Amino acid sequence: MQPLNRLQIAWRAAQDIGDGMLVNLGMGMPVTVVDYLRPEADIFIQSENGVIGAGPLASPDRADTDLVDASSRRVTLRPGAAIVDSSWSFAAIRGGHIDVAVLGAFEVAANGDLANWDMRLPNKGPLVGGAMDLAACARAVWVIMEHVTRKGAPRLLEACTLPLTAVRCVKRVYTDLAVIEITPAGMLVREMLAGLDETDLRKRTGAPLNFAPDCRPLVTPPIELPIGDPA
Amino acid sequence: MPIDKRAGSAAEALADVSDGATVLISGFGGAGFPNILIRALRDRGPKNLTLVVNSAVHRYSFTHELIEAGLVRKVVCTAARGHSKEPSPFERLWIEGKIELECVPQGTFAERIRAGGAGIPAFYTPVGFGTDLAQGKEVRNFDGRDCILAQAIKGDLALVRADTADRYGNLAFRYAQMNFGPVMATAATLAVVEVRTVLDEPMPHERVQLPGFYVDRVVAVGT
Repeated sequence: MQPLNRLQIAWRAAQDIGDGMLVNLGMGMPVTVVDYLRPEADIFIQSENGVIGAGPLASPDRADTDLVDASSRRVTLRPGAAIVDSSWSFAAIRGGHIDVAVLGAFEVAANGDLANWDMRLPNKGPLVGGAMDLAACARAVWVIMEHVTRKGAPRLLEACTLPLTAVRCVKRVYTDLAVIEITPAGMLVREMLAGLDETDLRKRTGAPLNFAPDCRPLVTPPIELPIGDPA
Repeated sequence: MPIDKRAGSAAEALADVSDGATVLISGFGGAGFPNILIRALRDRGPKNLTLVVNSAVHRYSFTHELIEAGLVRKVVCTAARGHSKEPSPFERLWIEGKIELECVPQGTFAERIRAGGAGIPAFYTPVGFGTDLAQGKEVRNFDGRDCILAQAIKGDLALVRADTADRYGNLAFRYAQMNFGPVMATAATLAVVEVRTVLDEPMPHERVQLPGFYVDRVVAVGT
């Protein structure tokens, strides 16, 4: 049983992003989702700084410091793109016009509470950015993250221990072991890595799990991490 | 007298900024930082400033120079975490209790400034409810959703970066330069804008992204 790497998690989430969607991809693992969107699907990537329709990263010779995304990466524009100011961009987020926000997380609770902005690092200032706006107001919030911490502690919990980003907001979680829906009755496993059984997954999870009657194996193509990648 | 908002230099445009001013500074992710104006403000040296700026620590912004020069009493921002493991100059002052910090979700930050320029004293938003950033805030339920009260932000001075202006103060931005610039210009008593170039002719109306009546002074910086 080989857990997915983070690019495979991103690939899996990308398969559920459908034609015509307006999507926001958070910093870190979520921005890599763009590389695995189905080419036939017409999808607009919204970035908090007002870019509606960010295209692939700019090549070094085309990079422009005025054309950046919310992670300060130099990007391009796709056909049909537009750029608005920050207040309009967040009005779109708060107004429920973003179909899906794919966000990273430290912890997700069984009721959908999300903790993804403050790890309580000593001597470091806070950084909230647009995390709370997206978590509270995107029409659907999907989380992609490793199932457990590097020390092996579960990240899916009955209640978050870290400061919350938003309450009851997460709809779905993609991890290296499973795809889990957050339902009014708690966590429902939709897909699970082949070679794991229900007991194994429960051992790695800090909240009760239900298994969908049609729970499927979680399958992705092999994707190599870049050489020298710390993860 | 014909309208002419062109100032001869950044120093001239900021000559009447006083101690205790609230200064709104545009820019996000490398785009739209008014770095020439920021440095001119540092050289002028007004004390006890309150900065309203998306990031207190962004590596491409000169905002940190105002903080390091000891001119800043308080920062209202969405990001205050330095890039390295060692605390940044801002973080050190904050840990030592020498600078006040108000951390705001970015959409609430932008909307509070928009409200400041739009005559809305306060508004309710669902963003932040149930989090540490809602502590002490008034809560009210609308349509089954808990919301918190956010108050408008106004400034004495806005420092904004745009690409092109004309003598009326009409502005055009390049790509994502816009970010907080338009709302900051609307919310400040004095809006000063640095631009790459000032046109000799009036800007064609379809290019204008912020009408000139919001802008008080423009400084052409050539780059």
